[in-house]
Amino acid sequence: MAEPEVIYDVRDLVCRFRQPRTSLRHRTPPLTAVDGVDLQVTAGQRFGLVGESGSGKSTLLRCLAALQQPTSGSVRFRGQELAGRRDRQLRFLRRDVQVVFQDPMASLDPRMRVRELIAEPLVAQRASGTHERVDELLDAVGLPRGSASRYPHQFSGGQRQRIAIARALAVRPSVLLADEPVSALDVSVRAQILNLLQDLVERFHLTLVFVAHDLAVVRHVCDTVAVMRTGQLVEHGSAEEIATAPQHPYTQALVAAVPTLRRALHGATPSSLLRDVPSEATPDAAARPDRPEPS
Amino acid sequence: MSADALAAAHPKDPTVSVLEVRDLTVVTGGHTLLEDVTFSLGPGERVGLIGESGSGKSLTALAVMGLLPEGLTATGTVQLRGVETDLLRIGERERSGLRGRRLGMVFQEPMTALNPLMRVGNQVAEVLRIHGTVDDREDATQRAQRLLADVELPDPGRIARRYPHQLSGGQRQRVMLAMALANGPDVLICDEPTTALDVTVQAQMLQLIAAGVADRTSGLLFISHDLPVVATVCERLLVMYGGRIVEAGPTEELLTRPRHPYTEGLLAASDLEAVDDQGRLPTIPGAVPPDGRFPSGCVFRNRCPRGDEACTVWPGWSGSDGDGVACWYPSEGRHG
Repeated sequence: MAEPEVIYDVRDLVCRFRQPRTSLRHRTPPLTAVDGVDLQVTAGQRFGLVGESGSGKSTLLRCLAALQQPTSGSVRFRGQELAGRRDRQLRFLRRDVQVVFQDPMASLDPRMRVRELIAEPLVAQRASGTHERVDELLDAVGLPRGSASRYPHQFSGGQRQRIAIARALAVRPSVLLADEPVSALDVSVRAQILNLLQDLVERFHLTLVFVAHDLAVVRHVCDTVAVMRTGQLVEHGSAEEIATAPQHPYTQALVAAVPTLRRALHGATPSSLLRDVPSEATPDAAARPDRPEPS
Repeated sequence: MSADALAAAHPKDPTVSVLEVRDLTVVTGGHTLLEDVTFSLGPGERVGLIGESGSGKSLTALAVMGLLPEGLTATGTVQLRGVETDLLRIGERERSGLRGRRLGMVFQEPMTALNPLMRVGNQVAEVLRIHGTVDDREDATQRAQRLLADVELPDPGRIARRYPHQLSGGQRQRVMLAMALANGPDVLICDEPTTALDVTVQAQMLQLIAAGVADRTSGLLFISHDLPVVATVCERLLVMYGGRIVEAGPTEELLTRPRHPYTEGLLAASDLEAVDDQGRLPTIPGAVPPDGRFPSGCVFRNRCPRGDEACTVWPGWSGSDGDGVACWYPSEGRHG
């Protein structure tokens, strides 16, 4: 059997950010958001990236999308190096890789109609027949065709996320990157969007990289999971293994801290969620102040 | 008679509810946002209020606290143990004497609830001094530090001198909890207290809330959209949709034998491990309508698999306050 094609090959990726001064006498040391990450994503994989806020998971995703230049290390997409490339040299990537973000209200231009929003990536790629394609995409994400002439604010959160997904799929990408696509949604709508993502991934044979803080969601969506903490991958394996038999103490604490209905029914109390996190840096102390928590 | 004197006349009695909310209705300009919300809270009891955004959970909390925004009017009764007058009818002066002393609240976003210009230690001390719990400034500072230590903040002496923006989200939320618990309130209301927190920090916070109310035998009203969280913390649940309580019951019963189709849908959608043959999650069709656009009669009927003609009339409540359902076609359950 042929090995599946390697889509992403990330080697020793480091991403540092300068921080503003907080003292007149000392420089603030740079913040290392991604700290020597190696990973591979193969074709057809559903790759989940889990971590708490400030773990660097979103920065890593931005590097995969070439929206962020790494400080050092290499990101290869189908063998082509992305690090150090200019925007105009990334056309091939934009055609093949699309991103869905957490907050569709922030990622959809409020002044554009849905038709323009969905067609915009096609216009950028100078494709023709956009009108039919938009209708096709609306069907695919389960929105009525009449939505095309409306504005994003006229939709609910779940519907807006459908629009964002339709827009991402417009150029027929082979890779979909999703950054917390369901964390802002209500549970009943979350289930609808997760089902939709699953259908689309199967139907269009997409490779999915899915970033989330919620291990339960990632376990449901993904087949492979990497756990991130303070910029490093602490554990990497099949979704099932990570959820049921985590090896790293941090992953164990993370898995234990997630409240579930099943455990609640078996008499779990808040104290049973606590498991000592190896304390070289407890998440609370590691969390950077000044930085909004994700909602 | 002042609220103080009333409270003194009623010593703490473990059999009397600390909070009784009856037929609470909130309206604004022709829209009814909350209708006939009825529940009670025993001393030391942990009650969860669950529902999706727009269901009226936070509004319930604000109405009880007397913090409704202008233009919204509340009717019904809200009775706090030891206060003879209905909280909806007392003046703002008396009410602010109760808030922070008998009624504590933790909000979702601590950054907007804390004063950004004041050191957090002083904010906790202020709650003690304003209500006359502690007169001496020095004493109040000491007590504030002890409260910060109680919520397991490392090095409370140092944290006390920090400003809110210098703390992490989890630390800020602990300061909020320390303030809410400072005067040993009869009722603690937590409105989505951990929604913005990471899971490991959330676990610590939930533990502190549970321990805090247990130590003070306060009644806890825990509001969240996250069913697994509420189920872990609370012994009794209220399910809210469209400004109404649609089902209530002990946590275990409600989770194992839900009667209202909305509760069933919420449960099914929350459990990411239960999928059908194609690996799909069960969903509730449609989305929560915006305020004032819920259907007449049963508020859930336009999303309900069992909705029919009968549902154009509100089914009314069957069962007791703490254990019942409002549905024409409840599932085969415990009763009704």
